Amino acid sequence: MSGPQMERREFLKFSLAAGGGLLIGFSLPEADMLATAQAQSATVFMPNAFVRIGTDDRVTVIVNHSEMGQGVYTALPMLLAEELDADWNKVGFESAPVDPKYNHPVFGMQITGGSSSVWSAFEQFRKAGAAARAMLIAAAAQQWNANPATLRTDSGAVFDGTNRKLTYGQLAEAAAKMTPPTEVALKDPKTFKLIGKPVKRLDTSEKVNGKAVFGIDVKMPGMLAAVVARPPIFGATMKSFDDSRARSMPGVRKIVAVPSGVAVIADSFWQAKMARESLHIDWDDSAMHTFSTSQMMQQFREQAKSPGTRVRREGDPDTAFSQAAKKIEAVYEFPYLPHAMMEPLNCAVDLRADSCEIWTGTQFQTVDRANAAKIAGLPPEKVQIHTTYLGGGFGRRANPQSDFVVEAVHVAKAVGAPVKVVWTREDDMQGGWYRPAFLHAIAGGIDSSGNAVSWRSRLVGQSIFAGTMFESLMKGKEYDPASVEGVDDLPYAIPNLAVESHKADVKVPVQWWRSVGHSHTGFATECFIDELATLAQKDPYQFRRALLPKHPRHLAVLDLAAQKAGWGKPLSKGRGRGIAVHFAFESYNAQVAEVSVEDGKIRVHRIVSAVDCGHYVNPGIIAAQLEGGAIFGASAALFQELTFENGRLQQTNFHTFPMMRMNECPEIETHIVESNEKSGGIGEPGVPCTAPAIANATFAATGKRIRKLPIRMTEAV
Amino acid sequence: MVSFSVNKRRVNLDVDPSTPLLWALRENLGLTGTKYGCGIAQCGACTVHLNGEAIRSCVAPVSRAAGKEVTTIEGLSSDLSHPLQRAWIAEDVPQCGYCQSGQLMSAALLLREKPQPTDEDIDEAMTGNICRCGTYPRIRKAIHRAAGMMAKGEAR
Repeated sequence: MSGPQMERREFLKFSLAAGGGLLIGFSLPEADMLATAQAQSATVFMPNAFVRIGTDDRVTVIVNHSEMGQGVYTALPMLLAEELDADWNKVGFESAPVDPKYNHPVFGMQITGGSSSVWSAFEQFRKAGAAARAMLIAAAAQQWNANPATLRTDSGAVFDGTNRKLTYGQLAEAAAKMTPPTEVALKDPKTFKLIGKPVKRLDTSEKVNGKAVFGIDVKMPGMLAAVVARPPIFGATMKSFDDSRARSMPGVRKIVAVPSGVAVIADSFWQAKMARESLHIDWDDSAMHTFSTSQMMQQFREQAKSPGTRVRREGDPDTAFSQAAKKIEAVYEFPYLPHAMMEPLNCAVDLRADSCEIWTGTQFQTVDRANAAKIAGLPPEKVQIHTTYLGGGFGRRANPQSDFVVEAVHVAKAVGAPVKVVWTREDDMQGGWYRPAFLHAIAGGIDSSGNAVSWRSRLVGQSIFAGTMFESLMKGKEYDPASVEGVDDLPYAIPNLAVESHKADVKVPVQWWRSVGHSHTGFATECFIDELATLAQKDPYQFRRALLPKHPRHLAVLDLAAQKAGWGKPLSKGRGRGIAVHFAFESYNAQVAEVSVEDGKIRVHRIVSAVDCGHYVNPGIIAAQLEGGAIFGASAALFQELTFENGRLQQTNFHTFPMMRMNECPEIETHIVESNEKSGGIGEPGVPCTAPAIANATFAATGKRIRKLPIRMTEAV
Repeated sequence: MVSFSVNKRRVNLDVDPSTPLLWALRENLGLTGTKYGCGIAQCGACTVHLNGEAIRSCVAPVSRAAGKEVTTIEGLSSDLSHPLQRAWIAEDVPQCGYCQSGQLMSAALLLREKPQPTDEDIDEAMTGNICRCGTYPRIRKAIHRAAGMMAKGEAR
């Protein structure tokens, strides 16, 4: 599948057409080498890897990004259908197999992450649709003996000047014989019929009748169920285990040591889980048995007292700080956080002598395939991954070590039958790969006129990239860009500025978590700028405005959120408003939160969220992502932390790790800036502003500053 | 052997009676629309109806269903015609979709008991159902929409 043949086909060139429209020379991977393309009876035309058209007029878009709630199974088909001029009512979707032709065009592997699906597919899927359309037109032209230039397309059919019509289904067989174009013209965005419209999601029906298949729902003949007893403390290793009782329990097929622990394989999940409870395992937990997060944060505070690795430095921050008319120092603390997707991790594997079929909800197909192949002892080409729906991802299902996939392949190897490994909620929450705990020590000063003159951020926390295959992204830097993103590009015009980073050497496995570094940098920067505004006795919204002269897109969302929230208008007694603005994943977001505090508990009444995500595809999905992002951020702000004592995690399930619930959910209003800029992300950008907007609103309501998450009024200063 | 009815179909299961109803539905009957989320009645993903009452099937032994009627998401309607399903589609409620079976089953009971629920009624009925994607605002809207459809006689 790889090699010179691919390279010849996948050339890339750009040229401008003479006659008006932009012609884009391009290459689309072809369909004929699809690893698992099923030749369906009604399917005759598959002009490239991304679309199939049947004689029944059905258009199936093959989506190379995973659907985890963010709407790619709708947004990406919209891109393709737009240029195809498809009948939207006949458009469906299918998840792509793992194959280099489905690699992310920028990241070079099949991956769903970084809020990048829409922007990376924006041209790719449109070109795929345009190429198919050109071949359908060519087929019609041949049939009518007409000049293709005189034909038009609309709603799944080709028309000639006399309104003769051939549907795409009628043309499918003939179109399959046409030569794929090497250049296609893309539509003028002004003529878009689908892109930019709040088209209903294509995946809702099967999500309201129980038919949607998530990884945990996968069934295959003869499939067994497995759970794994994993170490109770990170870094612990198994010394021995006694399975004498567990082995004789109903349904148990096999109990076997695997690298991650002890696997219990049974006829059903419940039998496996019950048997696991009867295992006695002797662990060597000496590696981390004294670890506690409170001690770790104390160490972080000590580290932050000395200068860290230079990330950014402008002016003379030390002198400016010492000479400032007024100054303030604040330390912000952030806990470890699990992704806590509603669907716990799971993975089904059918391992044969010459093949390995994997069914799972993953964000990381290429990496998983490579990692699974090593364990299976097969070349990667012999490993196929069937991507199911993901019951939430938030980054957890993009694990650099493919932990949940690799483990399942080990189990399949040991049992010699198709098997599905299911993690319990407790397994999932205690299984690591968290948003790293962080500490930001920030010092800032203003001059006698109230202008911000100095800012120094020192960050302490674990690197996500270090020790993984992504270490190269650090590009020889002494710091992890994912740790400092969102503060290394602080947009405020402050003449003397320093950003420094300290590494933390802690062995808790950490990973990207919805909005990654921005999940803490957004809070620290937007709370501290608010503290500077107070120091300057200025309105926090106006104070920000004055510091953003060179950032019109920040300003536009800030203004929009402030205006829609009624910034400055009186509020009922006890309520406060807070504002925050942040740029992340190529999009700009500002939020205004309205809160009150009763009996030490924060009630969030309203959140107004404004986004500029460039040229947008589906405003309905964007609104949903902003709503969800705000609720995700609010849960972290108000309730969530993971803490360790004596090496053991103190939280196990939703009773100790709460989520925002219906009765706590604020009114959420969303607004989208009209823009022709390049598309940005939407899954993550709506998260970072929520917590600081709530914290700043809490200050407005109570006069107390929040410097530690989750918010506890007893810890406010 | 445990006998009960599921979605108006009689079933006899040869299963340990202490097995949670959730896993009997999912693994013995292949009704995977009902989801596992927490196993301790904290998230509501496993909500089904037992003789018309909403229960958390992850903590209910299958023996509790003996001789009774169980309704799962697959039995809410056969053709997406339930007003809640139509409202869920109209409001584009689901994101990842994993919790939505449980949300719908909780909402179905609410509407049966309170055909015109207030926001407070919705809070009370739906607070046991967690959604990590944050679809609560749309769930609220969709419940009101479904109630409106039923009031106008658009319901079954």
